[in-house]
Amino acid sequence: MAGANKDDGTNPEAHIWKIAPTRRDLMGFIGWGGVLTGIGLGSAAFLRMLYPRVLFEPPTMFKLGKPNDYSPNAVSDKWIKAYRFWLIRFSDRFIAVSAICTHLGCTPRYLTSEDKFKCPCHGSGYRGMNSGWKVIATNFEGPAPRPMERLKITMAEDGQLQVDKSITYRIEKDQASNPGAFLPYA
Amino acid sequence: MAEAKKSWFDNVRSSYVWKSIFRHEYQDTYRNRVLQVSSNVFLHLHPTKIRRHALRLRFTWCMGGTTFLLFLILTITGIILMFYYRPTGEYAYHDMKYLQFDVPFGMIMRNMHRWSAHAMVIAVWLHMFRVFMTGSYKAPREFNWVIGVNLLVMTLMLSFTGYLLPWDQLSIWAVTVGTNMGRATPMLGAEGPFADLVGVNARYDARALLTAGRLVGPATLLRFYVLHCIFIPVIASILMIVHFWRVRKDGGISGPL
Repeated sequence: MAGANKDDGTNPEAHIWKIAPTRRDLMGFIGWGGVLTGIGLGSAAFLRMLYPRVLFEPPTMFKLGKPNDYSPNAVSDKWIKAYRFWLIRFSDRFIAVSAICTHLGCTPRYLTSEDKFKCPCHGSGYRGMNSGWKVIATNFEGPAPRPMERLKITMAEDGQLQVDKSITYRIEKDQASNPGAFLPYA
Repeated sequence: MAEAKKSWFDNVRSSYVWKSIFRHEYQDTYRNRVLQVSSNVFLHLHPTKIRRHALRLRFTWCMGGTTFLLFLILTITGIILMFYYRPTGEYAYHDMKYLQFDVPFGMIMRNMHRWSAHAMVIAVWLHMFRVFMTGSYKAPREFNWVIGVNLLVMTLMLSFTGYLLPWDQLSIWAVTVGTNMGRATPMLGAEGPFADLVGVNARYDARALLTAGRLVGPATLLRFYVLHCIFIPVIASILMIVHFWRVRKDGGISGPL
């Protein structure tokens, strides 16, 4: 029978809460509303609980010795194992490139003879020293979607180089010239 | 007329204690068989009768049942492994090695757990393939297929979370790669499209939810342990209950429509 379940007042079988809500309907609305609100707030609270405010992760600032410990115009992988970045000295500046492949997170290698960085996992390739300080570590082959990130590099008070791994710069966002993305040193 | 002498066993079986535990006897009548099954919580989960078509292995492959059997084996071996495994960065690898070499039967428990995990993933795909090839997803069984796909996702997630627990090189890098893929999700990942729209960043996104921080470390291990042992198994169990119930109510596995 067409319209058998309509509750617009024409169906004697249907509940007419849309037209004339009763006190019972109000209590039902409050009750179910309370249940759903409770579930909703509980879920939101659970989700927030999964993001702790304090993380206990290893320290991110490291001192790396005096600038003259590093040969000019060379990529140093002295700190790859300990802190996972390359310290690269150009004729007029230092930069620190994070050794995390932007594809899926493996550690690439610097190939001196071919002057490029190559990731062993899926073959991502990044530009080497000859491309200059602005372009070095830019992706040019393989699945990497963007250049490798640079880490904040500064001079500490005692004259040592200092790197902070928690502050990163992305050259594809024109941050290569930001203060901290490189350290001028002639 | 001499009565047969009652043996000691008959005396036990007519005792007050016995009758309180076992309410019905073993008369081989249809009524008594049904009574026995319906009054026992373990037996009543099964149907009192099975239709003949449920046994057609060429048709069903029994892969759904195999998957469930492997799930039970994984649960039991998993619980046994839990007696010795500590989900911390300091102890995880050590405890895995301890189980293998210093705990009696530890080697077979660990190996059964690992092999059953691989076999369950294979079985669940074969089951899915079979259901598709026999058209058992067609009306009115469409929703059961949906539940099945969700169960597939749960199986794969159990596999993924469990893979981290040995805490060796294979584990850490596999999870690094897997969680980094989450980083590229639209709107939920810090490096996916529309990240600025929603306001997610590297500290608060879908990847950080899984890794419990910025890197794959001890916090990730604990979180994956809880996901692997409690959270996902509970969800999978609820889905399995619904999945099996629907099959039962449709008249048993692979019945004609």
